[in-house]
Amino acid sequence: MLEIKNIKENNHDILLLEGEVDASNSVELDSSIQQLSEEGATVILVDASGLEYISSAGLGVFMSYLEDFQERNVKMIIFGLKEKVHQVFVILGLDKLMNIKKSKEEALEEVK
Amino acid sequence: MKKRLRLYCNTDQLVNLRQFLDEKLRHTPLSEIDSLQVILAVEEVCANLIIHSHECNPTEFIELDVNRQNGTIIFEIKDYGQGFNILEYQEPNIDHVLKTKRKGGLGIMLVKKIMDKIEFESNGTKNTCRLFKNLESK
Repeated sequence: MLEIKNIKENNHDILLLEGEVDASNSVELDSSIQQLSEEGATVILVDASGLEYISSAGLGVFMSYLEDFQERNVKMIIFGLKEKVHQVFVILGLDKLMNIKKSKEEALEEVK
Repeated sequence: MKKRLRLYCNTDQLVNLRQFLDEKLRHTPLSEIDSLQVILAVEEVCANLIIHSHECNPTEFIELDVNRQNGTIIFEIKDYGQGFNILEYQEPNIDHVLKTKRKGGLGIMLVKKIMDKIEFESNGTKNTCRLFKNLESK
């Protein structure tokens, strides 16, 4: 089960993820990010504090936006990852490629 | 305790797979972090078969057996049909995944990083992939 909420907070878009991302639902994550991207979001904060699991399908979605967002100066920051989920990013070194912050405060600090 | 799971080829089944594996791993010395990674690796192989070898045809199935042997937990994944030889598959590197914006390609990388040993055999109709994880490696 994956639940995605899109919250507008001040000038930021926050994608709140709850549950598990796998090959059955990664397309939902993809369309949520795609939608924000099409709306012209320049800052996308991904609140992953409610994320219990992510498989390669979900990692692949985040990866597929990195180059585009870098070219277009869009900041996507993932924050609040539980340690067990964070470690999945670490296995492939994706924690070095993506902008990952421990807390919402740290994420907001980055986009001040 | 049930050690075998039949998984019909639909990605909606993956959640059942995780529950099954979670129960099996609960009785091992693996930490929560390691258990999750083992679940992930087994799921990656199964998802790959479901999506690519069986094109999500829900009338087809794959079978998973879990066994413990001398401090190692072994996951044996069997499917029938066009095999996927995980050992011969050349996974792309991360830079390539990034540049081509492809959403796949990371799964097999994860399996190879997480598991201690991987075997594959096929007789042309039945394919067997075995994933080994040492329980006392840490």
